[in-house]
Order: sequence, then C-alpha cells, then structure tokens
Amino acid sequence: MSSRNPYVWEMAQSDQISNTGFLEVRDLAKTYKAKPQNVEAVRGIDLKIPQGVCFGILGPNGAGKTTTIEIMEGLQRPDRGEVLFKGKTVISAKGGARAPRAWSEAIGIQFQQTALQDHLTGRELLKLFTGLYSLDNQDHAVEYAIKTCEIGEFVDREPKKLSGGQRQRVLLALALVHSPEIVFLDEPTTGLDPQARRQFWSLVNKIKAQGRTVILTTHYMDEAEVLCDTLVLVDRGQVIDEGAPRDLLKKYDVKNLDELFLKRTGRDLRGEV
Amino acid sequence: MTTLKRLWQLFVARNKEFYRDRGSMSWNFLFPVLIIAGFAFAYSGKPKPLFTIGVIGQTNPMAEWQYAKFVEIPEGEEELSKAREKVGRHQLDLLVQVSSLGADAEAARGKYWVNATSPQGDTLEKMLASIKQVEWHREEITGQAIRFVDWLTPGVIGINMMFSALFGVGYVLVRYRKSGVLKRLKATPVRAWEFLMAQILSRFVLISVTTFVIFLGAILILGIPVHGSAWTLALVMAVGTLCLISIGLIVAARVSSEELAGGLLNMMTWPMMFLSGVWFSLEGLNPWLQKASMLSPLTHMVAAARAVMIDGEGLMSAAVYMPLIILSALAFLGLAIGSWLFRWE
Repeated sequence: MSSRNPYVWEMAQSDQISNTGFLEVRDLAKTYKAKPQNVEAVRGIDLKIPQGVCFGILGPNGAGKTTTIEIMEGLQRPDRGEVLFKGKTVISAKGGARAPRAWSEAIGIQFQQTALQDHLTGRELLKLFTGLYSLDNQDHAVEYAIKTCEIGEFVDREPKKLSGGQRQRVLLALALVHSPEIVFLDEPTTGLDPQARRQFWSLVNKIKAQGRTVILTTHYMDEAEVLCDTLVLVDRGQVIDEGAPRDLLKKYDVKNLDELFLKRTGRDLRGEV
Repeated sequence: MTTLKRLWQLFVARNKEFYRDRGSMSWNFLFPVLIIAGFAFAYSGKPKPLFTIGVIGQTNPMAEWQYAKFVEIPEGEEELSKAREKVGRHQLDLLVQVSSLGADAEAARGKYWVNATSPQGDTLEKMLASIKQVEWHREEITGQAIRFVDWLTPGVIGINMMFSALFGVGYVLVRYRKSGVLKRLKATPVRAWEFLMAQILSRFVLISVTTFVIFLGAILILGIPVHGSAWTLALVMAVGTLCLISIGLIVAARVSSEELAGGLLNMMTWPMMFLSGVWFSLEGLNPWLQKASMLSPLTHMVAAARAVMIDGEGLMSAAVYMPLIILSALAFLGLAIGSWLFRWE
C-alpha cells in the first residue's frame, strides 16, 4: 500500500475520474430488526458525489442520515446496494464485515459523538492515529493536522479538559491526520455554541479548499446553506430532493431550507408536524 | 511492518492510559500488600501446642499419647517420600515406622525421621526414648518450616493478577465499546486481531511488571522462599496471566454494558477467589467443590506456583507441568473464543 505525504495533496491520481464517478452510492437499503416491527432506516438511496465538494445530507432525526453515512464509512453492512469509489465497489451487501483497508485509508471520519481514550492528550491521540495508517512521516502528519485545525493551544491537554468546540476540532484533526481524500462529518456541530459552530465552519471550508471531498450530515439548515455545494434532502430513509442549496430555494420559492423541508414533507427538520 | 507499527501504537497508548490512571495503578500494588500484611499479622501468633506425628503402617507404640495428633501414612515409597518432605517442612513433627510389637519386646524395631531444627521434633524424640520396647533407628531430615504467609503469598499474588487481567481487559474493552472508542478505531485500517493483541500484550506486560515487583517485595521484606527455579515460576505466572486475560476477553467480546460486565466479572472472580485454594487448603473441602475448583485457572496457577516456591518442584514434575498444560490449553481456548466472539460494537 502506498504511503502519502500529508503536505502534498495528490489530485493527480483522480484527475482521470469523472466528477460524478468519484463516489457513488447505489440503491442502498438497511433495515434494523426491532419489536413490534422492523425499522427501515434506509430505503434505496442513490447518491453521486463529485470530488472536492461539500456534499450535505440534510434531514430530521431518524431520517436515515447516520445509517447512510455509517454504511458508506464501512461501519455497517447494507442489506442491499453498494458504494463505489472511483468506479470500484468498496462496500456491498455481499462484502466482508469490514471495508477494504484501502477504503479506510482514503476516508477520515468524525462521528456525532466520540469518546476518546482516557488520559491521552490530543497530541498523543494524533500520534496514535497516525500509527494506524500507512504514513511515512508521523510527526509531520501530526503537525499538519494541528496546524490545519488550529488546535496548537490545547493539543497537549486531555480531551476531557477541553470545551465542546475545542474537542470537536481535535476530533476533526484525528479525521484529517492521515490526509484522507474524503472526510465524513456526522452532525459535527451538534451541541456547540454559535461561535464554536462558526469556527468549525471555517475549518470545514479550509479542508474543502485543500481539495478534499466533505460529506456532511446535519439537521441545521444554516449549516447546510453555508457549507454545502450540493445537498440531498432525506426523509424516512429516502432522498426526496437534491441540488445546490440556492437552486433548491429558488425551485420551491422559499427563504430557507427549513421552509423547503416543511413544504416538501409537511414536517419541519426537527421532525415536528 | 505496518501491522507492527499499528500494534505498537495501540500498545503504547494502552500503557500510558494505565499508568496515568493513578488510582487503578496504586490499587494494583496496594491490594496484595494489604492482604499479605493482614494475614501475616493475623497468623503471627504462637502455633498451637499440638504435636503432629505421621505413623507408617498399623503399629503405633505412641497411641496413648493424648497430646499428639496422629496422621496415618500408607506404606509405599511414594508415600514415604512425601511424608519425609512434610517433616522437612515442619508439617509433621515426627515420622515413625515400627515393625509389629510382638510378645518379645526386644524384637521390635522402629525407625523415625525428625527435623533437627524443629523444637517439637526434639521434644518428641526425647519422649520416644521412653518407649524402651522398641529399638529406635534415627534419621535426620533438614528443612525450614513453612509459614502461613509463605503458603498464602502465591495465592494472593494470583488473586491480584486475576483482578488485573479480568477487569483490566474485560471491563476496559466494554467501557471502550460503550463510549464509542471501539467504533472510532473500527473506522481506521486497524484490524480486530491487531487491536486485541495490543490489549493482551499491554495487560500481560503490566501484570508481569506488577507481579515481579510484588514478588521481589515479598521475598525481600517477608522472606518468602522460592525453593524452585525462578524461571519455572515465571513461566507458570506468564501462562496463568494469559489464561486469566483470555477469560476477560471472552466477557468483553460482545457486552456493551459496564454494569453487566461488572456483574459477570464479579460472578467469575469471587468463586475463583474462594475456591482456588488461595486462603485455605482444598483438602477438607466438599468433593463437589473440589471438582468445581478444578475449573478455575487460579487453582492450577496457585498449585503450580506453590509447588515451585514451597516444594521446589521443577518443570519436569507433574505438580508443575500438569497445571501448565491445563493453563496453556485454557489460555489457547479462551483467546480463540474471545477473538472469535469479539465485535467492535
């Protein structure tokens, strides 16, 4: 497996891939067994994600956003469908319990909620994570992540001693430390104060400017409008609309995405009728 | 190399977590010291004024001695050898064998084994001289008395290892799973076996270091004897540690509730603590409990450790290699089952 230098963003290898063929999700479905009846979390979702964009998956709680993203990350196996990266299937219903190593190397992940090992500082966690990936120069990778996420001031503290915003930035640094091509952010600003959310948005724009593809799930309309180049509206496990935020607002003649969602589903993004 | 690097990073991270958790680390050292000190104090009084005499065969010219307890020793080379060792360790004050006392008193011949360093043996030897109808032949055996603390120490250290192995692996993995640490690691290229191997190695090294320090302290401060090979003892402890870790691994393989894990671990550790011959000999125990105790790895580890430390047995002795074989088989089985059952979430 080839090692990457985190300071050099390798765009060249994907130049030959057409934008729509960069990352593709085909007919994804997932049902959870439950009583009294099973829950169909994802019901045939199709996505085409171009390279270098911020792609938003917007929907209320329980819409199937996290399940979709976790299947794409290789954390869950779908019941049906597949995920293709640069034309090759990396996740499928018939695939193994884990995603291929090359796919794990290509993606960085920030979960909605993540606990970290006790008693390790942010820098030690970064060092640990660099060791889990195929990197030649671990120290440079750590410094790169610290610089990108602007966490130098508090990286030597244990995460439990950090504020919510600082902690999310450390988690983002962990997602970026191996210089992934795709970064998954699952509701990264939930629970943060407005200032911390804006700081986080600027970091997302920064990593997008580096040429990385960002896949973001959120239920904040303002976040989706500010960050996303393209977004899909998901409701009850299905994509109900797709497009650039401005185009969608124009198409339905609404002021914001919350209104749009209300108009399309009769419910708002918090799932209330 | 990449696998080694991953394994090394996880290993280092786990070790740092351990030694920075001061409370947990202190407890690992403090617990066995408190137990050993407590029992050493509790049993530091004068021994009971009771003689214990081993009698080989049916003839007992001392039968009328009211102040002595007689232990019947079956005839045979092996039994004689074991009885002699007990005299050496002051477990028997005197060992006596007398050919039948016939009508002609002068015809009786007797032999006795006594430990010259035993005050009880010395007293009994003088009393024996008063039995004139037997012609006595004396054989001296050397050896130091076993103190209760000598007998107890391997067991207490074993208990410390058991708690450290089961909770250090089992409980920590469940906490990792519950808090999402395992889910985060699953999203990296690290494979389950690499992660588990790092956890096992980390705990193995930490227990080894802790146990070595405690043993050293017990030897230097309490004068605990190690009559056998230290390497054999280390091997027994190492295999025992792996076996105990494997149990922790099985418990942690799928459980995601700390409460359930705590309950399961307690359910395993408490019977092992009391049915493994740590605090008292299993000889007088109910036969069913004796059989049940054979299921506990701690029973085999403590028995082998005592055989090495107290009896000076070597690797070729059945008292050592049989427990080692059982522990190895249990460790292999436990690690295989634990790894097979393991789920990140």
